[in-house]
Amino acid sequence: MYAFDFEKPSTVADAVAALKAEEAQPLGGGQTLIPTLKQRLAMPSKLVSLTGIDEMKGVCVADDGAVCIGGATPHAVVAREAAKSYPALASLAANIGDPAVRNRGTIGGSLANNDPSACYPAAALGSGATIVTNAREIAADDYFQGMFATALDEGEIITEVRFPVPEKAAYMKFEQPASRFALTAVFVAKYADGVRVAVTGASEEGVFRWTEAEEALSSNFSPDAVAGLSVPADGMIGDLHGTPAYRAHLVGVMTKRAVAAAG
Amino acid sequence: MPKDHGIGASSKRREDVRFLTGAGQYTDDINVQGQTYVHFIRSDVAHGRINGINTSAAEAMPGVIRIFTGADFEGIGGLPCGWQVTDRHGEPMKEPAHPVLAQGKVRHVGDPIAAVVAESYAKARDAAEAVEVDIEELPAAIDMKAALEGNAPKVHDDLADNLCYDWAFGSDAAEVDAAFSNAAHVTTLELVNQRLVANPMEPRVAVGDFSRATDESTLYTTSQNPHVIRLLMGAFVLGIPEHKLRVVAPDVGGGFGSKIFHYAEEAFCTFAARQINRPVKWTASRSEAFLSDAQGRDHVTKIELALDADNNFTALRTETYANMGAYLSTFAPSVPTWLHGTLMAGNYKTPLIHVNVKAVFTNTVPVDAYRGAGRPEATYQLERVIDKAARERGVDPIALRRQNFVTEFPYATPVAVEYDTGDYVATMDKLEEIADIAGFEARRKESEARGKLRGLGVNCYIEACGIAPSNLVGQLGARAGLYDAATVRVNATGTISVMVGAHSHGQGHETAFPQVVAEMLGIDESMIDIVHGDSSKIPFGMGTYGSRSIAVCGSAMVRATEKIIAKAKKIAAHLMEASEADIGIKDGQFTVAGTDKSVAWGDVTLAAYVPHNYPLEEIEPGLEETAFYDPSNFTYPAGAYACEVEVDPDTGKVTVERFAAADDFGNIINPMIVDGQVHGGIGQGIGQALMENCAYDENGQLISASYMDYAMPRADDVPFYTVDHSCQTPCTHNPLGVKGCGEAGAIGSPPAVINAVVDALQSAGHNVTHIDMPASPQRVWAAMQG
Ligand SMILES: Cc1cc2nc3c(=O)[nH]c(=O)nc-3n(C[C@H](O)[C@H](O)[C@H](O)COP(=O)(O)OP(=O)(O)OC[C@H]3O[C@@H](n4cnc5c(N)ncnc54)[C@H](O)[C@@H]3O)c2cc1C
Repeated sequence: MYAFDFEKPSTVADAVAALKAEEAQPLGGGQTLIPTLKQRLAMPSKLVSLTGIDEMKGVCVADDGAVCIGGATPHAVVAREAAKSYPALASLAANIGDPAVRNRGTIGGSLANNDPSACYPAAALGSGATIVTNAREIAADDYFQGMFATALDEGEIITEVRFPVPEKAAYMKFEQPASRFALTAVFVAKYADGVRVAVTGASEEGVFRWTEAEEALSSNFSPDAVAGLSVPADGMIGDLHGTPAYRAHLVGVMTKRAVAAAG
Repeated sequence: MPKDHGIGASSKRREDVRFLTGAGQYTDDINVQGQTYVHFIRSDVAHGRINGINTSAAEAMPGVIRIFTGADFEGIGGLPCGWQVTDRHGEPMKEPAHPVLAQGKVRHVGDPIAAVVAESYAKARDAAEAVEVDIEELPAAIDMKAALEGNAPKVHDDLADNLCYDWAFGSDAAEVDAAFSNAAHVTTLELVNQRLVANPMEPRVAVGDFSRATDESTLYTTSQNPHVIRLLMGAFVLGIPEHKLRVVAPDVGGGFGSKIFHYAEEAFCTFAARQINRPVKWTASRSEAFLSDAQGRDHVTKIELALDADNNFTALRTETYANMGAYLSTFAPSVPTWLHGTLMAGNYKTPLIHVNVKAVFTNTVPVDAYRGAGRPEATYQLERVIDKAARERGVDPIALRRQNFVTEFPYATPVAVEYDTGDYVATMDKLEEIADIAGFEARRKESEARGKLRGLGVNCYIEACGIAPSNLVGQLGARAGLYDAATVRVNATGTISVMVGAHSHGQGHETAFPQVVAEMLGIDESMIDIVHGDSSKIPFGMGTYGSRSIAVCGSAMVRATEKIIAKAKKIAAHLMEASEADIGIKDGQFTVAGTDKSVAWGDVTLAAYVPHNYPLEEIEPGLEETAFYDPSNFTYPAGAYACEVEVDPDTGKVTVERFAAADDFGNIINPMIVDGQVHGGIGQGIGQALMENCAYDENGQLISASYMDYAMPRADDVPFYTVDHSCQTPCTHNPLGVKGCGEAGAIGSPPAVINAVVDALQSAGHNVTHIDMPASPQRVWAAMQG
């Protein structure tokens, strides 16, 4: 680790101000950033911790029924507090990493990092969530811009994520055997106006919507509806744990299972 | 009633209290006054020429004490190899130099190039970034077979090619070939026993210290065998005489073989401490462990089994390529040869066996013994080819094995070893019972009803433990004796310290060894402690590996305790004015036959140290005895394992549903510790079979260089095991009748898992005859696609 300054503000405004410094970077739960620093792969001048900002923590239900999660809320809190209001999201959070990761890692950190194998991006895209920052509101469809790339500007902080609650939803994760991130995972959500299917872990472009399956499921929400569909292997990730063809195959399997689990 | 103390009791592991409460003293817990820290600059290319190293900017950085490069080690010995294999033409293996810091060339990613010694790790790392290393990258030899082709890049420029040795062994090749020509059936299988990373929980650490006052060096290190390190490093690398070199291996957090070997970092810290006259400490990061701990396995094999018309095995022939990596690690050459070829008979009376092994240098991390060392490789190929043969012949795989079992002992195999005792029918009977083989079909139907494919895999194994008779291994090329030693020091009040050459790095010696002495003397285990891991405290023993501790060092301890008893009886006889021949010992009391006279253990020990009333004209005061024990043969634990898996046909994911192990370890000292050893071994075997893969890309970069990609088995990847060791044919040649149990689980389990996976796939009509380890979801799925 290289030396850096450290600030732990208690308001979003103070955090935004602190992040104006050259090469300053927000610190969520540190579950991604700290290992990166330890390996000397990043050299921020200053870390601005977001975990002391009360207005960025917690789970609540808005007047329109959306589940709102503060950007600095750890996975374990989501798993607990969204269990009634959005069970599919809560169970996704409950299966991220191990207890230490869940007690420190945050939803804002996960979405800001946008790891192509992470879980939350599938929930956000699959739910058509709104990513709220200190400066604006970004629709999930506009937010994810490829592996590790997002619509966030320098110094912009995710303060909240708003999830419209679907009629039915489920997340099915096929774990990469070593990291237990998603080798391929699918989030399916059925809303009054249609079904959304978001796939993570599979594509070289990061999380994506499988529109063909969405259309089929919107007219018939059953595993059979997607039985004949497949995504092309082209553009899928190939690595030690899965070829592109294997990942493309898993997209179909996990989608079917997610639909079945959503009931 | 199970025993509650002594031999056969499941005494709780006393060392666990300190391990589990954070009171262990590991090497990294040792900090020496004035200590400095070293950071190694390692190669990030697999093969390259060092054109220059510029340290001047780095040397000027704050806190830097000194920067060492290969130039500082010119004229100093390289890391020695402890075993010389002779090839099929009678020529010695190729033995290239293995410098402490790279000289001229780097030969694998992780090869140490330079070492920055500074006041803190952070300062050392900062300065390391300022060291300019000019490396010209060269094409790398990675794949073993390609490395043997004429145009392959040479790992060592001074050798003709990348072949370390071409070794042949066993029956006459022409006779074996003839048997194959006459066979009714030949089953052929090509397979890979993939490379593994040992991954002990504690990464390696070394602290070198030097006393100018006494001219004495001390090395604290994460080692399984401190005396071996003292011998190798003192005599061959640094030229420090034994009496000026102390090696301490305190609590060690797992080794699995990877901490047997003498490593560059140990030699460096000891050397540098003398140079700068301050202690030097190195603690490996996990990333360094992946790139610098010797790795395991990595064999590519073609095995052929000949059967007659009645399915009797008539001959076996194997051709194996064994990866040595870039340099010869301490015992690397012995693993694919004497620890592998000699086990090719397995549990079967195959009359003719020929083994060929080509050991190959590649631009990868050195490979050496890893839990089982050669024996898992032998067992895997043999038990896989037998399974394949059973399918090809349409016979039951258990029946085919039973038909070919060795049933008479002693049995001399065609591959040089003689099994003293065993009962393979009994372990197979026991396995069928505890695994409920009869109930398998019902369980398969139940799995199928849930849309899963279920498979049953069974195999046997035999291993050679209790390494080893020194005169024999000397003939085979070992450059060390493999006896062990123990000193039993009885204190005046009757408590005992046993100084042992074996080293415990998780095995539970501190509990099991006292059980033996307690049994022999009839005193409480709590009166006995063992001392291990410090060359200045213990007799010159050879350490722990090859499931040898209780069989070899335990035997030395028995012999020393027998000497104690003999002397104590003399003292007791004197105290009770009786004849020595009439003295017995029971429950801590010395008695005189035919009388009710007795004298307590403590009174005798006190007399030995306060010899007021003592036969001083006959015996010396004191009660301390040492014994060295050199075994007359290996021991041959054996058993039968069964695994049941479920395969998810949609994803290819394999889950292990049941696992049963019936082992014959001879006599058992502590059944609970034996269970634990078997559990751990099976866990590692399941890890190898389904998950672990140390994979290099074609440029020699380790792809699975962290736990993000190297899949270690976790608790929910393994089932509850059914383990039995009630079949006991005691070893005939050591005083305890013990055989050793440390590696069996890792040796016996991989073929059971793969046999089960193949069985599951075949049950659904997939024509899959083999699947290479790890049988990861994608591989199993791909196999099902045809
Ligand atoms: C062992 C392990 C297992 C894991 N398993 C999984 C898994 O199965 N599935 C999964 O999805 N993830 C997994 N993770 C990742 C985990 O969920 C991380 O917590 C998450 O990716 C990052 O969140 P964080 O709060 O720790 O962010 P940090 O590490 O603190 O930050 C990550 C990045 O986001 C930025 N950042 C942080 N917070 C904000 C914010 N509010 N606004 C803007 N930028 C911000 C930081 O500057 C940094 O660039 C695992 C991690 C570990 C260590």
